[in-house]
Formats: sequence, structure tokens, C-alpha cells
Amino acid sequence: MKIIGLIITIITGAFLVYAAGDFPAWADPNSPASTYLSPYYIEKTIEDTSVPNIVTAVLADYRGFDTMFETTVIFSAGLVCFILLRIIGRKEPETRHYRHILTGVTVRLKEGRKITTSEDFERIDDLWTPPDLIIKTGCRLLIPFLQIFALYVIAHGHYSPGGGFQGGVILGASIILMSISHDLRTSVERMREKVVAILCAVGVLIYAGTGALCLLLGANFLDYSALAPMLHVDPIAARSHGILIVEIGVGIAVMTTMIWIYTNISSAGKYNQGL
Amino acid sequence: MAELIPTIIAKYNYWIYIILMMIGLYAMIAKNNLVKKIVGMSIFQTAIILFYVSIGVKKGATIPILEGVHGHGAAHQVVHAADYVNPLPHVLMLTAIVVGVSTLGVALALAIRIYNRYNTLEEDEILAQIRKE
Repeated sequence: MKIIGLIITIITGAFLVYAAGDFPAWADPNSPASTYLSPYYIEKTIEDTSVPNIVTAVLADYRGFDTMFETTVIFSAGLVCFILLRIIGRKEPETRHYRHILTGVTVRLKEGRKITTSEDFERIDDLWTPPDLIIKTGCRLLIPFLQIFALYVIAHGHYSPGGGFQGGVILGASIILMSISHDLRTSVERMREKVVAILCAVGVLIYAGTGALCLLLGANFLDYSALAPMLHVDPIAARSHGILIVEIGVGIAVMTTMIWIYTNISSAGKYNQGL
Repeated sequence: MAELIPTIIAKYNYWIYIILMMIGLYAMIAKNNLVKKIVGMSIFQTAIILFYVSIGVKKGATIPILEGVHGHGAAHQVVHAADYVNPLPHVLMLTAIVVGVSTLGVALALAIRIYNRYNTLEEDEILAQIRKE
């Protein structure tokens, strides 16, 4: 198998090297990729949408349809992880362990029995280790600034590198950082499973709903200039505002998908203390 | 040979992406462990991202964010396409990175399910167990 794999790899590589001979040289301004469509985007973006960041304008306006389905793809990926691990593969542990927070005494209960959630007891796994104080405190200080920065990246995506995808990933990373530094139960308590699932769908709905709203107002799907009378601005500024609305939807969807995938995979669908 | 070396240097981005892509392809075909195959898939994706982003580069151009045209009233300013790198590959790869992470998540979820069922991630052991059934 290894020899066959090596032969296939070498043959494919040889074909690609042969094909690379016809490609334009690196950083060639006259390469085919840079001569047909992209000059239009670079020259007309500011006239059409008044957004200086061309990447944002192309992402959410010119190619808005593509991005909408990319958002749907990540939503379905989160959903698939949830169904595979949480619904089909769920197994409740037979014994439960609880820890009395003040004294540190661990209680082990046989199957079926539960302690009603109180402030004195917390549920732990059989492989429990106390979280490190330095890491906990450091991450607790770091998380609010991460989230503020993420909101800046989403909201300022018109004028600087950024947008919904990047900001959403940073927002998701802040919650994931909490579940690594404390444990998964703490972060799930802050951001419940149901909230994550609903917000993920809401993000996609904001995107598709903005498109449908444009359709209802008499323009094409995702043609934000139709929103101008609602936002009390001229059609060009309306396109820039429409991009912001859509980016917020993308940000919510990406953030919750990252959290959803992480919580499901790190605990194999059990939602215990995690990694 | 003398004219071959400038060609090799002028197209070095393609050689890097081909090497990376072949590493990923070899890992996907020849490795026995499913997680190593998934890692190979990720390397393959990274090679494609590198290929696209390197296509968008222009010599002497800056990032695709227009300078000095903030807000309204500046729209009449002339923008030259040669001053900014090609934004299109950036847009395509921006979404591809996030979608790549999501598909990686789905692949890992499937690997966890396989491990729960067969108690191993080695491909030959899984196949042996399937044949026995």
C-alpha cells in the first residue's frame, strides 16, 4: 500500500510540476487571474458600495450568494457533529461523582441517582484534576479583551482587515479558551447547548432573511440597495449597511459553530469536563 | 540548464504548493491511522489555500483596502487596479479556511464514532473486524 501510494503521489506531483510550467510567474501583474474580473472589483467597489475594504465588499455583496451557502455549510457541519456525537452516540455514565466545594470531599453515586444542583456540590469526572490557578486567572483577564477585539473586527470590517468570519472565530475562541482553562462544564453553563444551537440558526437566518427582505422590497435577492428607504440612506450607503448586517449574521453563525464543534468533539458528546 | 534556474526561481510558489499537496496526498493514501489521514487532508487544504493566495499577488501592489477614500464624496478619486493585489483569491480562501475547520470537525466526529464502535483507529484492524462479522 505504501509503495502504491508513493507511486501515485510521485506521478501526480510530476503532472502538477509539468502543468506549473504554463503558469504565470509569481507576482506577475499581467497574470490571467488579475486581468479579467478583479480590476472591476478594485476600481468600482468604492463607487458601487462605498466600502474601502474590497475583500469585504466582494465577500458580502458581489459574491453574497456564495457566502450565504458557505455559512449554511458551516451550520450543517456543526449540526452533523451534534447529531453524530450527541444524539446517536450518547452514553450516560453509570456512576456520578460530585465534589463538595468547601471541603473537597468527593461523593460517588450509583446509577440513576442524582444530587439536585446546589451551590455546595459540583459534578466532576472520575479523572478530575483541580484547575490551575494561574491559568484560570490569566484566561479570565484575557477573555473580555478577546471579545471586545472580536466585536471590533466584525464592526470595523469595512475599513480594516476583518469581517464576520474572522471576528466570529475570535469570539468562538474566547469561549473555547474558557472551556480549556476552567473546564467544559463551566463554559457550557455560561453558554448553554440550546442557546448555541438557536444562535447558530439565527446567524444563517439573519443572512438569508436580509436577502429575502430585499426580494420583498422589489429588488434581486441580496441586492442591499433596496434597503435604502428603510435605513434612510442613499442606495450606495445602503449596500454598505447591508454588508454590515450580513457580516453580523455570519459572525454569530461562525462563533456558535466553533463552540458547538469544540464542545461536542472534545467531550465525545458527553459534555463532561472536556480536555 | 542555465535558463532553467530563473524559471524555477520565478515560480517558486508553485513548487512549495506542489510539495505540500503531495505530502497531504501521500498521508491520505498511505497512512494507516485515520487521524493521520485527517491531518493529511488538512495539509492538502492548506496547500490549495497557499496556491490561491499566491496567485493573487502582484509586484509592487498593496493589500486590497483602498487608501484615502473613506466615506462619501471621495468616490470620484481614480483607483488603479495595478496598485492593489487581486482581492478575489482572498475572498475565496477566507470562506474556505472556515469551511475547512468545519469539515475537519465533521471528520473528527466520524473518527470518534468509529473508535467507539471498533475500539481502534487503525484502518487494517477495522477492516479485519468488518470482514469477521
